[in-house]
Amino acid sequence: MATIKAVDALSGAAIIDEFKRCGVEFIVSVPDRVTSESVLRRVAADTALKLVRVCKEDEGVSICAALSVCGKRAVLLMQCTGLLDSVNALRAIAVEYAQPVVMMVGLLGHESESPPAESPKYGISVVPRILDAMNIAYEVLHSAGDEKRIAPAIERAYANSTPLAILIGRSPV
Amino acid sequence: MMKRDECLDVIARHHTNEIVVAVYQAAFQWVVIKPDAPNCIATGAMGQGSSHGLGFALGMPQHRVLVLDGDGSLLMNLGTLVTIATAAPPNLVHFVCENGTYEANGGHPIPGKDVLSFAGMASAAGYREVHEFSELDKLDAALPGILKARGPVFVTLKIVPGKMYPENFGYMHSPKARADFKRALKRLPG
Repeated sequence: MATIKAVDALSGAAIIDEFKRCGVEFIVSVPDRVTSESVLRRVAADTALKLVRVCKEDEGVSICAALSVCGKRAVLLMQCTGLLDSVNALRAIAVEYAQPVVMMVGLLGHESESPPAESPKYGISVVPRILDAMNIAYEVLHSAGDEKRIAPAIERAYANSTPLAILIGRSPV
Repeated sequence: MMKRDECLDVIARHHTNEIVVAVYQAAFQWVVIKPDAPNCIATGAMGQGSSHGLGFALGMPQHRVLVLDGDGSLLMNLGTLVTIATAAPPNLVHFVCENGTYEANGGHPIPGKDVLSFAGMASAAGYREVHEFSELDKLDAALPGILKARGPVFVTLKIVPGKMYPENFGYMHSPKARADFKRALKRLPG
């Protein structure tokens, strides 16, 4: 694994600032190795965000969708394995029902600036291909500064009532 | 043994302004029995009713939420019991209609039929209050307290199917069902 300079790395604090900037109130999560320390642990300590710990990621799809009906914004924070496990819930609840389910997805084992679709690891390369097949919009973040794309993407998802996946290609610090 | 539609009739008599999340057979019956209530029947995927209920309970703490779950559905998302107990919404009552079969999928038995205890699992998961009913008059007598109790509350209804209602999957998954729910939410006081 290549060593990532902290100065180039995504910032967990900046990611959380972006959540707050666009009115996210709830973080729904199954822990993900990529974002565990930098994002989830900060969320757990942040009294301005409500953390809902779920047992399985598809629960989170439903919880985020229901919260959107209540006028509340949420992010489902999970690993790419959880996204793969949630495809049927996403198919119905997010895509067919056209609901703004916003996901932040750690690409476990990627740790690269190369596009995830070009990863030699099937578990990584399949993620964008599945999102494309499901017509789910996604952003790929891997370097410092990319965090600024989070709030606008979330705003679009809620404005258009469409799902969104924010893929984290390298571990934030 | 209670019939499901008779149970839902009893719940409907005690229902006031609660948001109702109902799945499959319970949903098909409930929307006939109480069509004007804030009914969410579009829960997308089997097992996801209770997770929707949790989302509504967290997002609208000023309202109470009733989940009308099925036993096969709950088995598909058992972790929900632990998630709900941990989130501990005081405004959530989670009913499961237990008939021991996958009624919408040919009537095959569920794993654990006549052995497992949903109420036992809910209790072990940490629900604040747990009930089990197999007699209508006892359910009727207990419901006022259950609907006011601090949640999360879990209620097993031991049932047989009862009268068959139209399986209107088209409406269940339609934009109209979701729009009807949102309109009903706007009519809620407070």
